[in-house]
Amino acid sequence: MSTSATITQRRHALYGWMLLFPSLVLLSLFAFIPTGATVWASLFTRGTSRRPSEFAGLDTYAHLTSDPVFWKVVTNNLLYAGVSIPLSIGIALGMALWANARIPARGFVRTAYFTPTMLPMIAAANLWLFFYTPGIGVIDQITGLFGFGPVNWLGQPDTALWAVIAVTVWKEAGFFMIFYLAALQTIPPELREAATIEGASRWTYTRRVLLPLLMPTTLFVLINALINSVKLIDHLFILTKGGPNNASKLILYWIWEMAFAYFDRPHAAAMTVFVLAVLGIVAAVQFRLIDRRAHYR
Amino acid sequence: MTEVTSPATPRALPRLDLDAVGAIVLAVVWISPLLFAVWAAFHDASGAISFDLSAPWTLDSFRTAWAAAPWPRYFLNTTILVTITLAGQLVLCTLAGFAFARFPFPGRDVVFVLVLLQLFILPEVLIVENYAMIARLGLFDTIVGVGLPYMASAFGIFLLRQAFKQVPKELEEAARVEGCSWAGVLWRVYIPAARPTYLAYALVSVATHWNNFLWPLVVTNSVDTRPLTVGLSLFGAPESGVDISVISAGTIMSILPLLLAFLIFQRQFVQAFLRVGIK
Repeated sequence: MSTSATITQRRHALYGWMLLFPSLVLLSLFAFIPTGATVWASLFTRGTSRRPSEFAGLDTYAHLTSDPVFWKVVTNNLLYAGVSIPLSIGIALGMALWANARIPARGFVRTAYFTPTMLPMIAAANLWLFFYTPGIGVIDQITGLFGFGPVNWLGQPDTALWAVIAVTVWKEAGFFMIFYLAALQTIPPELREAATIEGASRWTYTRRVLLPLLMPTTLFVLINALINSVKLIDHLFILTKGGPNNASKLILYWIWEMAFAYFDRPHAAAMTVFVLAVLGIVAAVQFRLIDRRAHYR
Repeated sequence: MTEVTSPATPRALPRLDLDAVGAIVLAVVWISPLLFAVWAAFHDASGAISFDLSAPWTLDSFRTAWAAAPWPRYFLNTTILVTITLAGQLVLCTLAGFAFARFPFPGRDVVFVLVLLQLFILPEVLIVENYAMIARLGLFDTIVGVGLPYMASAFGIFLLRQAFKQVPKELEEAARVEGCSWAGVLWRVYIPAARPTYLAYALVSVATHWNNFLWPLVVTNSVDTRPLTVGLSLFGAPESGVDISVISAGTIMSILPLLLAFLIFQRQFVQAFLRVGIK
């Protein structure tokens, strides 16, 4: 290799690192170092003014897993994800099929579906509070017409989480619709014509042609929905505060509460490590998809 | 909304069939929370709850809501927040994206994967340690402190890297032959070529940070820094004792700017979400 080529290479490396430097500093400050610090903090006991914190190994994790609230929160989050993800993706697909069809008032239909996406979750929660108010709320007024009594949707353990899930689905479906709508518009209409000529029913066409073609979009949406199922908790602050009796508490809210209401940093850290591990698995799957799918390039 | 390419079948008038009815019913259901909030905001509490169509319309709720919280300050804080966050993101992600797209050096791929990991290590999840970091940097209760963790956005870096990679090498070489420096090439060739990506990213960033709640809640502690979302949550909390009409009025007020922007620039917003999602 000639010297000038080596010099160019070195110069490129220098420029490269210089350009990356500011981003790497910030990523270190707010992603890499905090990740390490979280793992570290989870290995210590909670310090008080009288007893300083000391190394505790995996004690905090043992505590955590023997705490019924931990399992309650994990179960809640699994239920939250397990219900809201398929529901919002399914509704999104239906919305996209409708919004892509030639129907009257299509502009209004699309706007109506997508608008919740543009609202802050806090605002969405305020709007829904009105729906859920026992007795005088919109839902109770409607069910009242059919002779049902008032229900305290947010105030009882049986319904609180479901009420939260409904708001999430409402917020998310329109967002996912956009991706399906775009994917649908890239599907050549000849496929449908061919299917019609072959005598395929609409259901067969959807199942055999549309859904396979929409698979990459579904994967993309699914990854997004998985990440959001950890992240989307803002409405809890307005609607239920995780209650009653932890019935609607989700993991991130619990972390927030542990850290900033009870000042129990080790437990918050241990729970965070747990979430990071799960997100790490999602990331690993996703990176393999990036390798495989032209969709992401 | 999106580039609507009607199916290539012969043009016919839209028909009001079962599909259309279903689509419109769902649309009305989907928009109804917003419609009810508008209804409630323009009536007094009892009129709002009874759905009495003859109930008198009034602006009282808006007056009460406006007087009950320092809204202009919240609006200003949010505007400053989204502006400095976006500015930081554009500068940092441009530099990093350029490095990843055009400067081959040992270790680049490893660093790139590290950066991409941030897509999953959400700032929200690291909230406790990020809060400690912000406190250490002396940025607690500052608007910069709210924006800083989002500035080196892995997502922005990834998007701009993709956009820069699509710029033909010949353009760059031509500019280099003309005596353009690296900075000049970046400024004259790459940034203009990536303009649609910048626009899309900017719209999504503004919408995201306008709506962000949890992190600002943790980092801000005073009226001077609190963004709209946090202000709205304090205002709407049941213990604040305001009635449904006033809460609705406050909610409508605080979502109005972004909602109006969305209704006017709908096509751009939707394409922005698409572009950053699909690229």
